[in-house]
Amino acid sequence: MEWIMAIAVGALFMIGVYLILSKGLLRIILGTSLLTHGVHLLLMTMAGLKRGAAPVLSDGVESYADPLPQALILTSIVISFGITALYFVLAYRAYQTRGTDEIDGYDVED
Amino acid sequence: MLHIAILIPFLWAALIPLMRWFSRIHAGWAVLPVPVAIFAYLISQMSQIGSGENIVVEIPWMPDLGINLSFVLDGWSLLFGLLISGIGALVVWYSMFYMGKRTDSIRNFYVYLLLFMGAMLGVVFSDNLMVLYGFWELTSIASFLLIAFWYRRERSRYGALKSMLITVFGGLAMFAGFNLLYAMTGTYSIREIAAQASELVDQPLFLPAMILVLLGAFTKSAQFPFHIWLPDAMEAPTPVSAYLHSATMVKAGLYLVARMSPIFAGATEWFWIVSLTGLVTLTYGSFKAIRQTDLKALLAYSTISQLGLIMSLLGVGSAAAFYTDADQVAWFGLATTAAVFHLINHAVFKGSLFMVVGIVDHETGTRDLRRLGGLMKLMPITSAIALIGSFSMAGLPPFSGFLSKEMFFTAMVHILEFDVLNAGSWMLLLPILAWIASVFTFVYSMILVFKTFGGKLKENTLDKKPHEASAGLLASPILLVSLAIVFAFMPNLLAYNLIDPAVAAIRGGGVDFESVHVSIHFWHGWTPELWMTIGVVLLGTLLYRTYTRFKLLDREWSNRDTLNRLYNGLLSLLENGGRRLTDLYMTGSVRHYLIYILIFFIAALCGTLVFSPDIRLGMDNYAPITFYEVALVVVMLATAAAVPFARSRVNAILFTGAVGYMVTALFLIFRAPDLALTQMIVETVSVVLFLLCFKFLPKLKSTKERPVFKWTNLLVAGGVGVTVTLIALASMGSSPFEPISTYFLNESYKSAGGKNVVNVILVDFRGFDTLFEIMVLGVASLGIFGLIKLGVQTTP
Repeated sequence: MEWIMAIAVGALFMIGVYLILSKGLLRIILGTSLLTHGVHLLLMTMAGLKRGAAPVLSDGVESYADPLPQALILTSIVISFGITALYFVLAYRAYQTRGTDEIDGYDVED
Repeated sequence: MLHIAILIPFLWAALIPLMRWFSRIHAGWAVLPVPVAIFAYLISQMSQIGSGENIVVEIPWMPDLGINLSFVLDGWSLLFGLLISGIGALVVWYSMFYMGKRTDSIRNFYVYLLLFMGAMLGVVFSDNLMVLYGFWELTSIASFLLIAFWYRRERSRYGALKSMLITVFGGLAMFAGFNLLYAMTGTYSIREIAAQASELVDQPLFLPAMILVLLGAFTKSAQFPFHIWLPDAMEAPTPVSAYLHSATMVKAGLYLVARMSPIFAGATEWFWIVSLTGLVTLTYGSFKAIRQTDLKALLAYSTISQLGLIMSLLGVGSAAAFYTDADQVAWFGLATTAAVFHLINHAVFKGSLFMVVGIVDHETGTRDLRRLGGLMKLMPITSAIALIGSFSMAGLPPFSGFLSKEMFFTAMVHILEFDVLNAGSWMLLLPILAWIASVFTFVYSMILVFKTFGGKLKENTLDKKPHEASAGLLASPILLVSLAIVFAFMPNLLAYNLIDPAVAAIRGGGVDFESVHVSIHFWHGWTPELWMTIGVVLLGTLLYRTYTRFKLLDREWSNRDTLNRLYNGLLSLLENGGRRLTDLYMTGSVRHYLIYILIFFIAALCGTLVFSPDIRLGMDNYAPITFYEVALVVVMLATAAAVPFARSRVNAILFTGAVGYMVTALFLIFRAPDLALTQMIVETVSVVLFLLCFKFLPKLKSTKERPVFKWTNLLVAGGVGVTVTLIALASMGSSPFEPISTYFLNESYKSAGGKNVVNVILVDFRGFDTLFEIMVLGVASLGIFGLIKLGVQTTP
């Protein structure tokens, strides 16, 4: 299963990077979203996808899924959500003040 | 005492600004005692040095780095110390009458001059290479300040910058050379390095170190092709030109070459590089000097030429290092003696000539040879000084220059018998070049004195009515030229006290003074050297009579200044090239910068993957493939792939949201309920937020159109995707350790009292992460609030 996930992560990265390289601000933000998904799945995959119960302790269960990467991903989800929200509002403000969607249209000086 | 002699000028320089409380006294009076005291101190040490005993002072500075303030007074540094303090005193005296009291910012002048004097003393007394380098750069800085003393003139600033760039370039090369020496020997002390000299020759770093050190010496001493800064440095006040750019600073390179001789001499490269550079500089400088119409420019090229002469003598003198037999060492080492003797002579006559030119400038208002002439009757003393100085420079009897010129010829003829290098008839090049250069030297010396003082007075071209200078102004040059006569008639006075110890120091390795002693006479008999001098005089006179008629010196041809054009061209090439290069890649486009970053990312990581042998792509121990997972992955990728193709914003947002939900489902399947919960909520809120903001966006035509497709973007994106996949596979294939999660699973309930292990990790085992993640959210929300509420400026 892991190699399929590795390819899937690669594909998510590719689409995310492709979007980031485009001109529209919205597409760039969506690209970062996809990149974030790719990173989370990569974390999950690299810890191993062995079968086991969800890491909630209960009697009679011998093996659990690794809880540590899950904790890391949870932290990461929240942080990336905060960043994305800020990002989007920033883009919204940029639209408002500059009236353009394209980043290359900006004059670097002002 | 020695270190105090170096310290005093610096301390004094700090006190000079206080002279503004005594504005009725010329600040020069306060400066004068410093060089006089140092000169007196050095004279008092002369007998001790003359008996072969060096003075050593060592003060720890950075002992862990091998950098200590160690100073040595031996014959060679004593000679320089006397030159610096002696001519320094005369120049300070001269400048008191030359520089106005009120018109010039005279205190700045003396601060810079004292700074220079201290730095120069530091250069010649330092035994530690790093300390020497420090003082060396300080002389460059002081020289820079002095050249640009009249900083409102454009030419002054240009000359100062040029000299700074060239000498600092050489200084840095020298710094590198010093460090190579340290790498080879493990010490910065010149004496200790010289003691290991015999082991150095075969080391691979020996030649680079030699060339780098020589670069420093050649740039400082204005050797070809680094001489171009010196003529432009003539924008400095004349006392500065006399002091720095003829007698002291430009000789720092000669000092260094001689100081390094015990280390490098004995290598054939040293012999050839130093001798030939010196001879080329000598010939080129003397040839260029003839064409100058400005007196100071003529003297500048003459200085370049004479420095080349001394440099070539130092190179030829290194031939002695190939021999061990005392007679042969003395025979070939004569050149070193000649170098030391001519160094003294040059400082004496060039200093006086600069002062004479300053006087002429002062009295007539011009230094242009085409406007000058016939000053002999009006300024008899000045012209007498100029005559003596010029004749000494040309190498005519009965002045000291004659003796050193004779010794120069002797050395150049001697070297023909030097058989170690098997150079054969190539060696003939040395005396021939030397002789030709001497003819040119004769010609420009005659031009200097007879075009200025001889001929008819062109009164209408001069700004002022010329008259004899004041006694104060004349005192310094009179003292100097009388030295030129004294040295000529009593050369052995100098030989025993100064030249012999200096030559012994250059030779190094405990040579006793008797073996280096060469008695200097006026009359050698009818030797080849004498015939050479007679030839110089005859051909030189002929050339002087006819030189204006020569096509060779036609103005069109002679004004071509290739090296300066090269320098200016190189400078503007660097500036323009740098700007163009920056404009090329700093485009201002975020997309371009991202592409640079990503291409580097791909290249660095793929390169490591390919070239590192320990990394392999693991394919074993994988979890089994199940249908639901594969189906979810396929759907997720399909929706993700649809995002770039979406024609409207709403679709793009919805597709991204769909990817998020697929990820949620994958989390669920991979047994991560908390993640799935969070991801679902976050994704929902994000999509809602996106749509909410989308509603307020201005209507833009471009976003409704089909997005532009770019092959480069796809290529870079594909590269990143492949790299990440490969890294994921490689990391799974080469992880050698067991995970630490068994600890969390075992201890979650026992130590923390919770059964949801993920939650226990978040709030208990690794609670700090959570604390700051909350902070991130708080900061983000404050930021959003600020962005929306504050600074509401609408579209211009």
